[in-house]
Amino acid sequence: MATDTAEGRTIISRLLDLAARHYDRPRASLGPEADLFKSLGIDSFQALDLLSRLEEEFRCEIPDYELQGITTFGGLAEVIARRA
Amino acid sequence: MSDTTSNRPAAKVHSAAPISAAPLPKLPKLPKLPLASKLPRAQCVHPDGHQHLGSLLYDATLQFRDQLALIEMDRKKTRTRLTYDDVRKDALRLARRFEQLGLTSDDRVAVLMGNQPSWLITAMAVFLRGMTLVPLDPKLTPEEQGALLRHAKPKALIVEAYHWPKLKLAVERPSAHGQGLPDGMLPIVTEWMGPSPEGPFARWEDAADAVPPTLVTRGRDDIACIVYSSGTGGRPKGCMLAHGSYLTQLAALMELYPMTPSDRFFSVLPTNHAIDFLSGFVGPFASGATVVHQRTMRPEFLLDTLKTQRITQMAVVPMLLEAFERALDTQLSTAKPWQKKALDLLSNVNAALTEKTANHALSKWLIKPVHDGFGGHLKLMFAGGAFVDERRARRFYELGIPVVIGYGLTECTTVATLQDLAPFRADSVGKAVPRVEVKVHAPDVHGHGEVWIRGATVMKGYLDDPELTAETLVDDESGPDGKAMGSSKWLKTGDIGWLDAARHLHLVGRKKNMIVTAGGKNVYPEDLEIAFADVGAEDLVIFAEHFVWGKPTPSPDAGSALVAERLVVVARGPDWEALAKKIADVNRKQPEARRVHALVRAPAPFPRTASMKVKREELAKALAERVTREQIVAL
Repeated sequence: MATDTAEGRTIISRLLDLAARHYDRPRASLGPEADLFKSLGIDSFQALDLLSRLEEEFRCEIPDYELQGITTFGGLAEVIARRA
Repeated sequence: MSDTTSNRPAAKVHSAAPISAAPLPKLPKLPKLPLASKLPRAQCVHPDGHQHLGSLLYDATLQFRDQLALIEMDRKKTRTRLTYDDVRKDALRLARRFEQLGLTSDDRVAVLMGNQPSWLITAMAVFLRGMTLVPLDPKLTPEEQGALLRHAKPKALIVEAYHWPKLKLAVERPSAHGQGLPDGMLPIVTEWMGPSPEGPFARWEDAADAVPPTLVTRGRDDIACIVYSSGTGGRPKGCMLAHGSYLTQLAALMELYPMTPSDRFFSVLPTNHAIDFLSGFVGPFASGATVVHQRTMRPEFLLDTLKTQRITQMAVVPMLLEAFERALDTQLSTAKPWQKKALDLLSNVNAALTEKTANHALSKWLIKPVHDGFGGHLKLMFAGGAFVDERRARRFYELGIPVVIGYGLTECTTVATLQDLAPFRADSVGKAVPRVEVKVHAPDVHGHGEVWIRGATVMKGYLDDPELTAETLVDDESGPDGKAMGSSKWLKTGDIGWLDAARHLHLVGRKKNMIVTAGGKNVYPEDLEIAFADVGAEDLVIFAEHFVWGKPTPSPDAGSALVAERLVVVARGPDWEALAKKIADVNRKQPEARRVHALVRAPAPFPRTASMKVKREELAKALAERVTREQIVAL
């Protein structure tokens, strides 16, 4: 798990900060295990916008297909850890 | 009852003229597209001259051999550019590979890929060998894809390198109850890096031997594709679509919206759906146009490609149209006030001048800045789906980019009705397309009834499901009403609609969602929900109270708010107080018959299907568990 390492924890907290800010959600309502679509109230098409923000934040490229099968913030953090 | 358009004779050969070519009064000379001026006025490969898709595609790749067939974009870089000659050679190579790998013309071949050139080349190779194609939705979960593969039992699966390991992992997981993949199914994987894994495996890109493939001819009644119209839960519905269905549908589309070799179609809707299969593959091929693919769906890159690749046509879903409108608003927000005013004025002038027929050249000249924002060459957008936002469609039209609204189902090879832009309308889903009959079955006093469709485009049935087929395809119960065209069976769509005097179809809702009110009136929640589109809710549906919470226990307090059958708005939004007030305000302004009676705050986001439709039954169940009847507030 990306969240098991110090680096992973940084990624997840930066990811959650960004998601909370961008979608105007209380930071406390988001966590690594939370369903990212449900807790942000977005669909997979709107999540592409989130990917674009994450690319800016982490300075990496995340292809659209990486989102397939991802449901939690932790899962998304692992993708970033692999690509950043 | 046959539609007036259905008996229109089909032209054998089109000399395809773009709709923008109508003569213009007193206009400055417009610059021509650089490519169009150099091209010979090519004729299309007309579907009426063909018995199957294999021969149509093969002829097209010969006739347009030097034309650019496919462009694939990454984000901003071009990945691939293929001429029709390249496509033909690659499809022949793959057809020979299929033969070498032991696949016979009786076999089914599934394809699981995002939109890209390999998808179309694979499909063409499958048809050249007379095999049946099973296109799968890459958006489904691997478990769902596994279930559909077990149902379709293909002998090979053409799959993107990215999807293959995920699929294999999912179906072999213990929780999948060892259901696995169909016996003997060979994976043929594209862009596979690294060594071949154990077990049956082939690489898509491998060369074939020098022997030409054996090409197999099919007839119009033979099955070309098995397309799944629902994959999430429940029973798989594999629509068996014949070659003749595709050819008939294609002829109708080419009659209404002909393409030319100078057209560039942006294929962004998934090609596994019949709409892109026709408008983003077979249609452009038959006309020698260029298909553009992109490996991302992010609006910022799509907008960039519209410009750099000079896109002229595309099909969109309502959600994408919404994203484009946001991009448009962003662009306008940077304009100076006088520019906005001028644009408003020009939009109105444009709408007035092009009221009878759309005129791309005129609109482009009048509203250049907006057109440039959409690449400068976009002439048309096709929008599928029952409930395209009328205001949004009209806005794009006024800006000179007509949104052509259509309606159809996979069960009838996609399009049953389509707008003809004569004049532009956004209030209906259009008229029956040529060669297709559309009628409203057993209409009530308001003319509302189930939409039935007949014609050669109607499927042969659901794969291995005679029971469901018999429920869906029926003989006319109301006696003879005009001669059948190609198929004697009517397709019951389950959609409720009505036909106006101009024979335009209007949809009001799904039959299964229909609510019979206490006064004995039929209402359709989807129809009523339209009124609340702009209240700012993140989720909103309308239910009959009994549907969610069951029949109320008779109460001695008969004067309470509980009337026999209340219509309840269930909604969710960031600022509940404001939202509730807005809903009440909108509701008050509705005519009596369209007013709802109560309001409930939804505790969680609504469950939705892959295509973003609300799963109404699932939602009703969740509400019944989490919300009590006491929490319903009368409006």
